[in-house]
Amino acid sequence: MTEQAQENKKLIKRLLAIVGGMFIFAFALIPLYNVFCDITGINGKTGGQALYQNVDIDKSRVVTVEFLININRGMPWKFESQVKMIDVHPGELNEVIFYAKNNSKFDIVGQSVPSVAPGEAALYLNKTECFCFDQQKLMAGEDIEMPMKFYIDADIPEDITRLTLSYQLFNITDSVNANNSASVATK
Amino acid sequence: MSDHHPTGITRWFYTTNHKDIGTMYLWFSFIMFLIGGAMAMIIRAELYQPGLQFVEPAFFNQMTTMHGLIMVFGAVMPSMVGLANWLIPMQIGAPDMALPRMNNWSFWILPFAFTLLLSSLFMEGGGPNFGWTFYAPLSTTYAPPSTDFFILGVHMMGISSIMGAINVIVTVFNMRAPGMTLMKMPLFVWTWLITAFLLIMVMPVLAGLVTMMLTDRHFGTAFFDAAGGGDPVMFQHIFWFFGHPEVYIMVLPAFGVVSEIIPAFSRKKLFGYSSMVYATASIALLSFIVWAHHMFAVGMPVAGELFFMIATMLIAVPTGVKVFNWVATMWQGSLTFETPMLFSIAFVILFTIGGFSGVMLAMAPVDFQYHDTYFVVAHFHYVLFPGAIFGTTAAVYYWFPKWTGKMYNEAVGKTHFWLSMIFVNLTFFPMHFSGLAGMPRRIPDYNMMFADFNMWASIGAFGLGFTQLFFFVTIIMAIRGGKKAEEKQWDGATGLEWDAMTTPAPYHSFSTPPKVD
Repeated sequence: MTEQAQENKKLIKRLLAIVGGMFIFAFALIPLYNVFCDITGINGKTGGQALYQNVDIDKSRVVTVEFLININRGMPWKFESQVKMIDVHPGELNEVIFYAKNNSKFDIVGQSVPSVAPGEAALYLNKTECFCFDQQKLMAGEDIEMPMKFYIDADIPEDITRLTLSYQLFNITDSVNANNSASVATK
Repeated sequence: MSDHHPTGITRWFYTTNHKDIGTMYLWFSFIMFLIGGAMAMIIRAELYQPGLQFVEPAFFNQMTTMHGLIMVFGAVMPSMVGLANWLIPMQIGAPDMALPRMNNWSFWILPFAFTLLLSSLFMEGGGPNFGWTFYAPLSTTYAPPSTDFFILGVHMMGISSIMGAINVIVTVFNMRAPGMTLMKMPLFVWTWLITAFLLIMVMPVLAGLVTMMLTDRHFGTAFFDAAGGGDPVMFQHIFWFFGHPEVYIMVLPAFGVVSEIIPAFSRKKLFGYSSMVYATASIALLSFIVWAHHMFAVGMPVAGELFFMIATMLIAVPTGVKVFNWVATMWQGSLTFETPMLFSIAFVILFTIGGFSGVMLAMAPVDFQYHDTYFVVAHFHYVLFPGAIFGTTAAVYYWFPKWTGKMYNEAVGKTHFWLSMIFVNLTFFPMHFSGLAGMPRRIPDYNMMFADFNMWASIGAFGLGFTQLFFFVTIIMAIRGGKKAEEKQWDGATGLEWDAMTTPAPYHSFSTPPKVD
């Protein structure tokens, strides 16, 4: 019987290791998912700040870039891009001005989160300057013009002739105040 | 062999006996089945006619959510654990489960977990209202305050399931009678062993998921909050990584049950025993790589849709093997149609219908039409009600004479079956049509064009709910005044529990290991 008990103990330990491992795996799924999406670009998430150096320009092609803005619930800002749509040559550096105004009586911190459709195009959209890399704090009534500079990689597949860059604007004042030291901003 | 057992209420609190614990699991799941069923009655009453009649939409949402949670985690899963407790030691020739005290604990967590979960209905802001799949941000940013009780409840019942699963694995690996090799084990033991592995693989993922929800809600993390760099779609990925194996957790033991019953009433050996084992294992393995077929509509790239579509359709192959084997077992057998056999045959037919609608849903291009419609509701109720519930019901009828030494009333049992068979189809079959016509799920009101289908479904549901009381009546009648069961009630039954054990099964199973040929 004691031999049996020892056998049982050994097996239980192994099974508990699986349980613990799977619990950790649940959390590991998040970085795994992000890495997987970064590599394959299937999630439409754009990368961090890119450098514009030695970029080939392909004058023979034109890609239409549309800008889409969504303002989340509970965000009393006006937020828009100066142009709704531009035609660009792959490799060219372009600048688009975005305008934001805090229409409320409170100071508000905003964070915009970009997304590209179709998802595969995200790999080829490089931003050298973007307000989405930082949070914006606007005092009551304050407004701001924010330039966004980007270029499209000349390697972009032939079948992508049109892509949409959307920004979702969130009010993150509460979480910034709650956790001042935390850096909530990503990419 | 002494058949002494403790008496009084403390018998049930302190018991470490696998039969007592199995009994408590089965009664617990039956009570949960009635509670979840009552919620379904509220849902169907509201949907009897278009327009709002009985309940507020907010309460309707709580009912759909709680109906799902209670049925999945409170009724189906504990009923399977109850069967495992009763049967596994008897079928492998063991004296008891390997870890009897943990067994007691894993049961007694459940009433507390579900009291917590149910109590949230009476709290300010109401209970969970975000659907049983609790997608973020509905369950994080926009959830009622009582969601924390839901999270704790899920944690507790997860711990219970994991302990139950560990117990099954240790029992099967270490407690088999000499000569009971793995490939001689009854299929019910096999399917449960595989289910137990699924449980210890995915229940921790569910625990991780609700933990992330908890920290998102209260501790400033942003796992699923896009404003903080998180991703709500990832919630769905993690949920379904748990959720798809979970649906097999609910149905695999029922596969095992019918694989025992059909040979018994066909008076033939099970056709293709080893292919059954391999098919079950392949279903379990495949279940880990198909999760995203629940989320074809989130905006996946074509490559992803293709992968998940093909992987999902692959599951039809081992499932087809199983259905083929059940039919081949019946082929040219000397069939008789006692209640357990009737439920098992209905299982095979209706589960196959649910499987077919599953293959339809697996096709990514058409899933955009079916997604989140009543077609999905029809599909999963066809695999769960005639699958898991008929399976458990068949098991209870089949082993009841062995367990108690008393025989149930066959006429009442058959009435229970035929009414269930008629009403289950009347309830869920029209949902295929309303779903194909575009009726979305989880809504309290609907377009006039769906009125007839919904009225049929509601009538069926009331009948189905009422019919389940027959089950209760049959069991109580049998316990109170059932005829004495024969030593071997079913002449075609095989296995240690029938051949090497007296009837009723003694309180302590094999104190000395039986001889296994």
